[in-house]
Amino acid sequence: MTRLNTSSNGHGDHDHEDHPGMAHDEELGYYALRARAMEALLVEKGVCSPTEIQNMVDRVEARSPADGARVVAHAWADPEYKALLLSDPEAALAQLGYSLPETTPKLDVVENTENVHNLVVCTLCSCYPRALLGRPPDWYKSFSYRSRAVIDPRGVMREFGLDVPAEVEVRVLDSTADLRYLVLPRRPEGTEGMSEDQLAELVTRDSMIGVTEVRAPESARAG
Amino acid sequence: MSQPHDRGGWPTEEPISQEEHVLSDWERRVDAMHNVLSEKGLRRTDEMRRAIESLDPETYEACSYYERWTAALEILLLEKGVITSDELDHKFEEVQSQVRS
Repeated sequence: MTRLNTSSNGHGDHDHEDHPGMAHDEELGYYALRARAMEALLVEKGVCSPTEIQNMVDRVEARSPADGARVVAHAWADPEYKALLLSDPEAALAQLGYSLPETTPKLDVVENTENVHNLVVCTLCSCYPRALLGRPPDWYKSFSYRSRAVIDPRGVMREFGLDVPAEVEVRVLDSTADLRYLVLPRRPEGTEGMSEDQLAELVTRDSMIGVTEVRAPESARAG
Repeated sequence: MSQPHDRGGWPTEEPISQEEHVLSDWERRVDAMHNVLSEKGLRRTDEMRRAIESLDPETYEACSYYERWTAALEILLLEKGVITSDELDHKFEEVQSQVRS
């Protein structure tokens, strides 16, 4: 068998270890082969090179919720930065060295407070602040999340272990191809003495989508 | 009647599975192809969404996420004349015979 797609980043090998035999078969499905044919044509026609595609795979792999967490932790630590992040996210991100590509849709950062809890969904597809969180999780793309988030947000959040008190207003934000949302979660109590790096470690992907909150570490909660 | 992509508020009580599947190489490359073409000005997110939304309901429901992305990529590349359907069919046969051998 000839394989056009030879992964150089090791992720492919890792997949094979996790699911013996599975990745191999998945590479042979109708759509996988259709994609391979399109890639070969794009390369033949000089539209793009295999290296460009592999470099993009690596660039996308390099993004993760750790990027968003760093931004959130900095906003918690610096009120002026937080104000800028909420009013002009692009400028705020640039300060931390994140320049959003021109092709990236506009980003809006929404703050959770003791009175308002924001939850992000994309009912139409999977729009998501990939530049700061990486690829969306499978559940974010699932039909059930997309259907239910807008009619039963509190029930959905309970499934993720978050019971938002009745007196807190829940706002559901439906992302589009042109506008994406990042939730700025509430800083948990008991984290006053923590450094930015320590804070960033507490910030989870799901808390920046809004299905959960950030929890203080066990030690801080006990104290 | 709602289009199949327009999922908001569809009546369902199906629990949300939080299980993640590890992406296959081909899925990563489809994702990357979209991004590369985007940077070259050959593909915009709204175009891509429109292409996905034009899939017939059966295909939309039956396909996995990156299968839909692949179908959408094909629609856009043909529509923009970057490749022709003859070229694609020919290359597809070639790829199929390669993997069979």
